[in-house]
Amino acid sequence: MFQVKNKFLRQLFGSFMDLLPIFAVIFIFQLFILRQPIPNIADIAIGTAFVVVGLALFIQGLEKSLFPIGEAMAYAFAKKGSLFWLLAFAFALGFGTTAAEPALIAVADEAARIAANGGMIEQSDTAKDDYAFGLRFTVAFSVGFAILLGVLRIIRGWPLHYLIIPGYVGVVIMTFFAPASIIGIAYDSGGVTTSTITVPLVTALGVGLASAIKGRNPMTDGFGLIAFASLTPMIFVMAYGMIL
Amino acid sequence: MMSLLNEFLGTFVSTLRDVAPIATIIIFFQLVIIRKPFSHLHDLIVGMFYVVLGMTFFLVGLDKALFPLGTSMAQQLTSTNFISPSTDQAISIAWQDYMWVYVFGACIGFATTLAEPALIAVAIKAEQISGGSIKAWYLRLAVSLGVSVGIALGTYRIVSGIDLYIFIITGYVVVIIQTIFSPKLIIGLAYDSGGVTTSTVTVPLVTALGIGLASSIPGRNPLLDGFGLIAFASLFPIMAVLAYAQIAEWQNRRTLLKESEHEGE
Repeated sequence: MFQVKNKFLRQLFGSFMDLLPIFAVIFIFQLFILRQPIPNIADIAIGTAFVVVGLALFIQGLEKSLFPIGEAMAYAFAKKGSLFWLLAFAFALGFGTTAAEPALIAVADEAARIAANGGMIEQSDTAKDDYAFGLRFTVAFSVGFAILLGVLRIIRGWPLHYLIIPGYVGVVIMTFFAPASIIGIAYDSGGVTTSTITVPLVTALGVGLASAIKGRNPMTDGFGLIAFASLTPMIFVMAYGMIL
Repeated sequence: MMSLLNEFLGTFVSTLRDVAPIATIIIFFQLVIIRKPFSHLHDLIVGMFYVVLGMTFFLVGLDKALFPLGTSMAQQLTSTNFISPSTDQAISIAWQDYMWVYVFGACIGFATTLAEPALIAVAIKAEQISGGSIKAWYLRLAVSLGVSVGIALGTYRIVSGIDLYIFIITGYVVVIIQTIFSPKLIIGLAYDSGGVTTSTVTVPLVTALGIGLASSIPGRNPLLDGFGLIAFASLFPIMAVLAYAQIAEWQNRRTLLKESEHEGE
């Protein structure tokens, strides 16, 4: 019992140190550059305590649940040997986690407003909702496709940069043809798709697969799923902007 | 006190809702396709509860302590009152006048990335897999430095009005060249670190900075120019991690060379 307590205390201290730089930046800028007092000290103290406890709990939970489950499922699929179901799982994981991602919902609504103001779609709520929904579906589909492709790459042992570099070239070429108003959103949508809970799970899945399959190195082959998930939405969203 | 409790419960429920699709997919595939009970079920449930509870504390805390102050600071730093309190609105503002915005962007990008839970997770995994030859702390430092440079450059882009794609395409070319010369072991991790940097902590503060900046500069459209900072924050960490690997390899080779020289004596 003492041991466990001790470990959590150490984790709490670690989280506190992780967050220290943010507060240092905020306080220094507030006091010395903007020259204003710090408002609501009590709220800030409570909030800080919450953030520190939350980060420590999250990291403890990560090592107990998200990491082991991702790796265990990778091993189970590798043992089962059914490529179809593994790819179906990869797609479902990418699609399912992205479709409900709050950051993506916010970006899609914003994008619909821009499109309506720019005259690309009608200025009505249904047109905007349709556009936002279509965008969300596009991004979710592209992330599902990304995880599927990434898993296939690990199984086949293709070098990662053979796929990523053509992807970059694709983004560059699409940039010249896509409407200007969608480019910023497309570039940003690559970054917002991967949430805090998805990342550890997907990382554990990739690393687990690369360790379970003979001839794969978890370090060279295991990483890269997140990279695909940040790349394909850019291409798909620009395509969405061009088709509409 | 009641409002805090309400906020906490609300966030807890919405975090549960975020986890629900993931849990459904995992349970379906485990029970229907793999057809095996979960091993260490007790640990899994406790762990998931920690994750959801941890995220809730984290988000409520950020909302209380960090986001209000951080976003209001971003607005103040970018407002014309702060940039040029004495000059006339009609006189155009030079990009140098926004120096504090770039410095703030760089500092806040660095600090928030260091605390990003998804990055901590990937860094822990990378240290485990590499057998300790990649240090979680150095990896996080490299990624944070990358975000810091990215945000500073991204804010400069909004001020100067240079097209986003010019920076991004140049960045891609640099990444491709670095990839050719990098140790193959690091490439996957480096590309991944681009995607993990921008989530819970960084996005809200950086978006506030981008939109504040784009609204205060005449001729910029906040909806068009406010976007794009995230893209910078996802691209530059890739370069930073590839560079970190190159430097680490170079240093290793140097120490090896020295050792072999000693043996030769």
